Amino acid sequence: MDLDDTPEQAAYRAQVRSWLTEHKSQAPVLTGPDALKDEDEIVTARRAWQGKLAEAGLAGVTWPKEYGGQGLGPIEQLICNQEIGQAKVPGILDAIGVGMLGPTLIAHGAEEQKARYLGPMLHGDEVWCQLFSEPAAGSDLAAVQARARLQDDGSWRLSGQKVWTTNAQFASYGLLLARTDSDVPKHKGMTMFIVPMDAAGVTVRGLRQISGEAEFNEVFFDDVALDSDAVVGGVGNGWGTALTTLMFERVTIGLGGEGLGYNSTRFAQAIAEDEHARRDPEVRHQLGEIASELLAVRFTGYRTLTALQKGQIPGPEAGLAKVTIVNGAIKAGDLITDVIGPDALAQDSEWAYMISFLPGLKSAGGTEEILRNTIGERVLGLPPEPRLDKGIPFSELRSKETAAA
Amino acid sequence: MNLALSDEQVFLREAARGALSRFKTIEAAREALDGNAPLPDLWPTACEAGWPGLLIDESTGGAGLDAFDAMLVLGECGRVLAGVALLGHLPATAILNDSTGAPKDLLEQLATGAKRAAYLPASPPSDVSQEWTLDPAHGLARPSAPTAVQDGDGNQTRVSGRLSFVPDAPGAAVLVGVALLDGKPTGVAIDDDAPGVSVEAVQGYDATRSLGHITLEDAPATVLDSSPESLAGAWHLAQALIAAESLGSVETALDASVAYAKERHTFGRAIGSYQAVKHSLTEVLRQLENGRSLLYYAGWSRTGKPEEFPLAASAARSVAGRALDQAARTMISVHGGIGATWEHDAPLYFRRAQLTRRLLGGTAGATDRVAGELIAQASAA
Repeated sequence: MDLDDTPEQAAYRAQVRSWLTEHKSQAPVLTGPDALKDEDEIVTARRAWQGKLAEAGLAGVTWPKEYGGQGLGPIEQLICNQEIGQAKVPGILDAIGVGMLGPTLIAHGAEEQKARYLGPMLHGDEVWCQLFSEPAAGSDLAAVQARARLQDDGSWRLSGQKVWTTNAQFASYGLLLARTDSDVPKHKGMTMFIVPMDAAGVTVRGLRQISGEAEFNEVFFDDVALDSDAVVGGVGNGWGTALTTLMFERVTIGLGGEGLGYNSTRFAQAIAEDEHARRDPEVRHQLGEIASELLAVRFTGYRTLTALQKGQIPGPEAGLAKVTIVNGAIKAGDLITDVIGPDALAQDSEWAYMISFLPGLKSAGGTEEILRNTIGERVLGLPPEPRLDKGIPFSELRSKETAAA
Repeated sequence: MNLALSDEQVFLREAARGALSRFKTIEAAREALDGNAPLPDLWPTACEAGWPGLLIDESTGGAGLDAFDAMLVLGECGRVLAGVALLGHLPATAILNDSTGAPKDLLEQLATGAKRAAYLPASPPSDVSQEWTLDPAHGLARPSAPTAVQDGDGNQTRVSGRLSFVPDAPGAAVLVGVALLDGKPTGVAIDDDAPGVSVEAVQGYDATRSLGHITLEDAPATVLDSSPESLAGAWHLAQALIAAESLGSVETALDASVAYAKERHTFGRAIGSYQAVKHSLTEVLRQLENGRSLLYYAGWSRTGKPEEFPLAASAARSVAGRALDQAARTMISVHGGIGATWEHDAPLYFRRAQLTRRLLGGTAGATDRVAGELIAQASAA
């Protein structure tokens, strides 16, 4: 057991650090008095910065070299993330594209698709978004209803709605899971598509959350035309392709779970600033419980990395770390707000923002309840929930559900 | 970075599991509660396996291993509720091993297990208190650590104090810990047969734990040249060890609960298919996994980043303690009424959880220290 860098890793870290030291003055400023304010300016600046990171080899660290990556392992990716955090500069803008969608294209895409899309994605020239979730398909993702219909000329027509789409407002492309056959059971009738976000019939609308800000979008598709070469991974194979994306999502969380800023140090700092609170036994007890669990998540991340390094793929138990982080942060938000009082809920308070953001995050990537089902079944081997949708053609499910109710 | 076990560590763990499997420790735990039969003496097994010397340098007959290796062994003890006197012995050997003043022959005897030591637990100062404190015999107020006085020429040191619920104290040949000499924390070693030493065995709620109340009245002591860090380190080591032991118990409690949830049916379904049952078992798994991660942190930091060892060991204890509570209660509720009866093993885990939670400063004490360490870090930043 060893948490230190090997000589090779230390050399890599030094190389990353020296590049960042030399170039960090070119990074966009996102906090403090000189911070960029205009959203378009921020996006433009962050895209340019991603381009610089990519040229320096600090984006797509784990991507194969033939697609512009560095062909390195998850540890090097973590080192890179750590050094970027240490340098207090923004990371890449398109973490979803580079972290999850690009690797999906690398695994399932046609050579022409890889050649066309991966380079601009990596350099931030074309930002991507993930078009999976729908209003009625979240935890039960295979219930997607967005419908792509095959045309006589081999092209497709897409209609439906997606939701919770980060970056859709400035994305060039989206990776979209659509139903292409309703007469087979639901996991079998889906196909993955590449959708140009500027196509006729695509409408993006910001979705404001409790905080008042719109971090996500709803995206509407009204008879959008897609070429036959928009299909990724073959018609009817959408579910398998989606599972690849979700696997990379878990890896991304494992590598950057603390990147959300929900960590014991930050929360303890807030309590330490109050002379009374820092000595109050009840406050200390709550802080101690929350902080212990959040510390654990950091080392769970290292365990995940160790597994990745050995070529093992993180299983659904990595989802438990998300449960711990979100619930720990919710409790911390309550505790800190109790200590500070209504001032913590002021318009520009970091805590007001945090406690407003967390209730939604609780359901992100699957609700806590569905995660606990999955982990109970896949990790503990408990018997599955009885379900009514097994082996039933998707088109008959609705009437089945209505009858059962 | 590598948070996996080495081949040697895997071997150490498997060997411990094998050695302990030769005893019916769970049955013995129940029998001992009834007073029908004494617990099996596992110390010879420990000696054979080399566990008493785990944390003693090779030059004085030990294995020269580190906290994480000892934690692996404690985890195996916890899995089968085996009462091996390591929780008391190992922190005591750590203090002696750190000290250059410890008699070499004593270390050698402790390394082979020919002699057994017990650690005199004292909680070191924190961000809010400069006191070294002891677990109380009753109530919440924590008494001060024992005091030491030296005679005029400084040749003889005598220690006085009363310590309660000291793990593995009955039968220990030497008692090792901290005493305050002119208010200064000082390492001391006291022979159990020295004048002024009395050890009263305490009948525990969990019969597998050997506990004692110790009274020291001007007991002659050997003074060790221990640093305050070494003395505090023994406390944190004890936290890490009891955390590892607790998680071992969580593992078996969870395994038994999951197995039952698969085979027991109600309303035509295995009860494990109900979300209420599934989610409660998943919650135990969540806490177990968090605890395991913190064992790595504690095991690594003791030598890898000593300034974080107090935080890491306390966090491990805090999470592991709560995990054991949760696992024991879940084990009973998943099994239904039978889980609350003498017929079943679940009450043995419940008793283990209830007592463990209140020993060595308690789970709550460790939780408070996590907060204290982080607040101190934040103030220093």
